[in-house]
Amino acid sequence: MASIFQGVGAATSLSSSTSIETKKFHFCSRRSPSERKACFVVVRSGGVMVDGGLNRIGGRAEQLVTNAVAAKADTPAAATASKPGHELLLFEALREGLEEEMERDARVCVMGEDVGHYGGSYKVTRGLAQKYGDLRVLDTPIAENSFTGMGIGAAMMGLRPIIEGMNMGFLLLAFNQISNNCGMLHYTSGGQFKIPVVIRGPGGVGRQLGAEHSQRLESYFQSIPGIQMVACSTPYNAKGLMKAAIRSDNPVILFEHVLLYNLKERIPDEEYVLNLEEAEMVRPGEHVTILTYSRMRYHVMQAAKTLVNKGYDPEVIDIRSLKPFDLYTIGNSIKKTHRVLIVEECMRTGGIGASLTAAITENFHDYLDAPIVCLSSQDVPTPYAGTLEEWTVVQPPQIVAAVEQLCR
Amino acid sequence: MWKHLPLWKLLSTVELSTSITKSKAIFSSALNFDYSKPHYIKFFSSGLYFIILFLFLFFSDPSPNLTFQSLQQPKTTTDAMALARRSSGLLKPLSTASSSSLLQRRPFSTDDTTTITVETSVPFTGHNCDPPSRSVDTTPKELMTFFTDMAFMRRMEIAADSLYKSKLIRGFCHLYDGQEAVSIGMEAAITKKDCIITAYRDHCIFLGRGGTLLESFAELMGRQAGCSRGKGGSMHFYKKDACFFGGHGIVGAQVPLGCGLAFAQKYRKEDHVTFTMYGDGAANQGQLFEALNMAALWDLPAILVCENNHYGMGTAEWRAAKSPAYYKRGDYVPGLKVDGMDAFAVKQACKFAKEHALKNGPIILEMDTYRYHGHSMSDPGSTYRTRDEISGVRQERDPIERIRKLIFAHDLATEKELKDIEKQARKEVDEAIAQAKESPMPDESELFTNVYRKGYGVESFGTDRKELRATLP
Repeated sequence: MASIFQGVGAATSLSSSTSIETKKFHFCSRRSPSERKACFVVVRSGGVMVDGGLNRIGGRAEQLVTNAVAAKADTPAAATASKPGHELLLFEALREGLEEEMERDARVCVMGEDVGHYGGSYKVTRGLAQKYGDLRVLDTPIAENSFTGMGIGAAMMGLRPIIEGMNMGFLLLAFNQISNNCGMLHYTSGGQFKIPVVIRGPGGVGRQLGAEHSQRLESYFQSIPGIQMVACSTPYNAKGLMKAAIRSDNPVILFEHVLLYNLKERIPDEEYVLNLEEAEMVRPGEHVTILTYSRMRYHVMQAAKTLVNKGYDPEVIDIRSLKPFDLYTIGNSIKKTHRVLIVEECMRTGGIGASLTAAITENFHDYLDAPIVCLSSQDVPTPYAGTLEEWTVVQPPQIVAAVEQLCR
Repeated sequence: MWKHLPLWKLLSTVELSTSITKSKAIFSSALNFDYSKPHYIKFFSSGLYFIILFLFLFFSDPSPNLTFQSLQQPKTTTDAMALARRSSGLLKPLSTASSSSLLQRRPFSTDDTTTITVETSVPFTGHNCDPPSRSVDTTPKELMTFFTDMAFMRRMEIAADSLYKSKLIRGFCHLYDGQEAVSIGMEAAITKKDCIITAYRDHCIFLGRGGTLLESFAELMGRQAGCSRGKGGSMHFYKKDACFFGGHGIVGAQVPLGCGLAFAQKYRKEDHVTFTMYGDGAANQGQLFEALNMAALWDLPAILVCENNHYGMGTAEWRAAKSPAYYKRGDYVPGLKVDGMDAFAVKQACKFAKEHALKNGPIILEMDTYRYHGHSMSDPGSTYRTRDEISGVRQERDPIERIRKLIFAHDLATEKELKDIEKQARKEVDEAIAQAKESPMPDESELFTNVYRKGYGVESFGTDRKELRATLP
């Protein structure tokens, strides 16, 4: 169970049940991929379906946000069976997306530390090694630089590997492979080789994991040309982005967050793939545009409750695509509200927020009524002590204060 | 019998020590822990050896008065009774010696002068070098210190386990119980000027280097009294004045650092060495071989110690490494395989390695050890190995039990005295925890301290040329 909003307490952003120690699952009315309808759906950001279908799904995209709060486990089975879709946790959604893609394309394989027999340190690949064998779900030794390079080499030969970093911070050891080989080979070979890898792993500030295990690598990877970066934040977009990343012929880095693995949501039974370059409208509004991604989305939504009570109407956009930015959605929002607040977990210096600020200023300067405010983590290594760690990261009261300041 | 006592006692101790080592060799070789295969067959065969040995000893005892009846009769001292009641056949000859030599028995010993020679459990295996001898000289004081220190370490790790479960310690917590002999043996062979650097399983190494229980627990709970002022956590224990360089979270990243420490020692022409510790999981990191190549090239006094507990988190060594003989992995660099559960073997190996490194450059030590807990507190430790295996190692190879048996064998303390030591350890650990709980959490301003050092050129940044200070709401 992963209840995120626990009252409007100041620093109780995410309850402890989102830690990796939680073992409670809730499998209700879960159907295997093969039994699902063959209906293929691409969902755009506004929840409007491309090939036209049930209007309910469009409505659900709006509902998905508020229903990202966990549904209680004590709803009777009859009620859950009557609602469409099935409920699962974020890591299960990732696994579902992964499994569907592995089923669909035999070239898709997984490699990483303890992904096979152990089932993945965050259970994303649990059961896959038993199903697909040891070579397709490969347990590597602890040698990140080498197995990332190995994945890229395999991709050059036509496979579609998914490389898992047990923690994004470990991928710093593979930075050379990601930057030079993964990002540049398509260019330097004149288009001969394509590198359809997906590099994924949990990052971000967790629950007192220490400085080296709380890193936000999106700020380091963002200048690598040739790669795409996406960040998932709900089970719905986790599965959709995972599938889209695997199908993409470009190298995609999928940023998950350590604290979001136990989020529960009801997702559609139909197969769906999300657009890699699109942002998600979480809550439409009029007064201010709040741009965020990953875990900070939940801090923002918690702050939004307070703001609504105070009479503000924030428009919250989960940018999802960290490279390239979806400037279309963002621009439309700015043209409406004229005020921008960026809330991110990266450090102030050189983070996603810094690049986004520059991009917005360049493109939409005339539409802004006030300078862009960017709330980021402090430029310090993440301390271990719980209170210090809380102060490192942006908390909902700071978001509320910033909006009030901006809308003065 | 009294007249013949000294000669008889000498004979029996010689026989006892050889029989102990013989049986231990049998145990260790019989239980040459192949972690991929079931062990119960080997347990049964070793049990059979034990029974045969017991019968052999029992019926071949040189003392003419030693009969089954005499052993069963109550002895004059409670200690001898306790010893006789112990179902270990190995100690039966000695029990009569203790009862009859009551007058000569030393009290709880802090004797630093008598030399006791102990044989290691298994001989060393060398790669490109001549292994050192199996006989290790020690004193009663050292034996007792080993026991006391290991009891403290074991107690600290168990206490950390329960603190983690009650959510006072959070994040990652990697426990060292089972591996204490490596730290203890190493400390016995070196000085505080020799550097040690290790990975994240560092609580006991920190303690061995002179860290206090209060500093450990306070750091684990994120308080100001911690060794890193609460900002590091379980994986970042450091102690500069004792040359303990941490405490590192990224697997294998400490090995190049360790070679750097050795480089500085050579640069400054110090007569000291660096012990760079890593695990069997980290042994497959490329940076290790890069660092090793450089250390060998420049004859740096670096000793690479592989603490092989046979599992890299959830992956057994044979599933991660083509060649799990980590002491041979250095190729041109000599190596030594050591029983890491035997503190004296570790001590001998580290002494040998220090002499070697100061003369000839790097050497690899592989410590064959075992961890009872899982990889960390979020790993149950039973999905990739059987509980039988864990309890088997605990029974046969536990480092503290080995020292306990040696203490009894050399008659240095009674069972009650050892239990008192363990109780004292428990008491001190509980006191340290209580004290650590009272220590406050770090202050808000601590978030920004120690990011940079003050000094030349640091104070002129910021929009007004003063140091940038961020305020929190």
